[in-house]
Amino acid sequence: MISKVRSMRDAIAEHVRDGDTVVIEGFTHLICFAAGHEIIRQRRRDLTICRLTPDLIYDQMIAAGCARKLVFSWAGNPGAGSLHAFRRAIEQGDPPLDIEEYSHFGMVARMSAGAARLPFWVMRDYMGTDLPVANPRIRTVVCPYTGEVLATVPALNPDVTIIHAQRADAAGNTQVWGLLGVQKEAAFASKRVIVVVEELVDESVIRADPNRTLIPGMIVSAVVVEPWGAHPSYAQGYYDRDNDFYVSWEPISRDPKKLQAYLDEFVYGVPDRQAYLVTQPGLVERLKADTRPCEAVSYGF
Amino acid sequence: MASEYSPSEMMAVVAARELRDGEVVFVGIGLPNLACNLARATHAPNLMLIYESGAVGAVPERLPVSIGDPALVTGSLMVCSMADVFQLFLQNGRIEVGFLGGAQIDRYGNINTTVVGKYERPTVRLPGSGGAAEIAIHARRTLIISRLNARAFPDRVDFVTSPGQRCAGRTRKELGMPGAGPVKIVTDKGILEADPETGEMVLTALYPGVTVDEVRSGVGWPLRISEPLHQAVEPPTARELMLLREVLDPKRLFLKG
Repeated sequence: MISKVRSMRDAIAEHVRDGDTVVIEGFTHLICFAAGHEIIRQRRRDLTICRLTPDLIYDQMIAAGCARKLVFSWAGNPGAGSLHAFRRAIEQGDPPLDIEEYSHFGMVARMSAGAARLPFWVMRDYMGTDLPVANPRIRTVVCPYTGEVLATVPALNPDVTIIHAQRADAAGNTQVWGLLGVQKEAAFASKRVIVVVEELVDESVIRADPNRTLIPGMIVSAVVVEPWGAHPSYAQGYYDRDNDFYVSWEPISRDPKKLQAYLDEFVYGVPDRQAYLVTQPGLVERLKADTRPCEAVSYGF
Repeated sequence: MASEYSPSEMMAVVAARELRDGEVVFVGIGLPNLACNLARATHAPNLMLIYESGAVGAVPERLPVSIGDPALVTGSLMVCSMADVFQLFLQNGRIEVGFLGGAQIDRYGNINTTVVGKYERPTVRLPGSGGAAEIAIHARRTLIISRLNARAFPDRVDFVTSPGQRCAGRTRKELGMPGAGPVKIVTDKGILEADPETGEMVLTALYPGVTVDEVRSGVGWPLRISEPLHQAVEPPTARELMLLREVLDPKRLFLKG
């Protein structure tokens, strides 16, 4: 077996190119900030960035000038305020940003279609809403069996999808627990997949519990081992969400100068995630998860 | 009966009382989460909480500050993908109650969480739909929680993110929506309910010490008053307040004001 393990720098350099359509998924859980920061550091440009919830990481990528277009369904700082770089782009055109907007179900459906290599996905949705007016790619189809008019959304097939996970083996067989979001669909929809993990494990660990594998190594291009790589997002069983940082983002992102200073210090100012972690003292004390193991099951036959 | 309580405490309590034991509820963060967990701690111990992040049968040990809080996972009955949440639970018709809020809510319960002003260059860009559009379409009934003020309750919303009882003159039935849509709006002053005939939101209940004029001044359309009008919704009990203040939201993250 040839190892797919790479440094974050090499994985991003090889697999994320200017003009790409990029997905960094993870619904609150397992959002790979380490990858987003490396994309900013490598000064990728003209990206179409897609996520259900752009979150702080896409706010940072927009502020850093990486994005030409945002495809999304909910753009806020959950529980804490706004994504102000995103808002400045939309409200003031600073910097200009195209948007393509769906609901969560619509984004999930787009990735499901992409993963199944279908041109679109069918759903009972959007009637009575103004979303199809704002986004003409939300259309309808007449059911050939019942005559019912159903909503459709087009497949999303990213150039590269980046997934953070608890563990994988060197071939990229990736196991996730806790909230699963839309990561499986996003990975299968993508041309290339980068998996970033808290721990690299032996293939035997994966084989001992195959039901926990979300993404098979056969669709993975690169594996990056990056403990705490999701901070300030979280990894179930490893560390909690840094809710204090999410609250502190509100005044940072509200002021373009403070946002730039943040990027200068914590993104451009460090070479990699390990150096970033040095700038975050007390993370282990504040956020390390307690231990709540589950009972193992028997796979015997 | 407790003598002093805040408007947000009253809203959480009134919303909790709307929930029946055993119901399946799609829970949002903030007051809806408090209402659901208050109901679970009082009259509805078998309430089934489903969060759009994929936690089914969640029993959060701490106040979730985000919709994907890890405490929603620990001890839950099931964790599923978001494709499953929207297709196998919501579109399947399994969700009995959905909670929504919004920057603007109009006469027919249409909700705007997308933009204030024009879509292309809005005055204020709001977060967008999230799962709200499909919750409003599919949940068997939807409860809205929102504070009254005339700007937040215009005659027509700037953008329909989540459909109410009538969208551009057409009824939910004509539009083919499976759920009943927003049937009640729990406000800080009283309760509005959708008129079964017209779909218009009508004042049906007042909280203690509130006048009809106070409600009227917080609504941007000529508000109709139901006959009879329920004059005095029960205020929070001492136990409800104790649970909210000491157990569910001790840091008062969502209960301030």
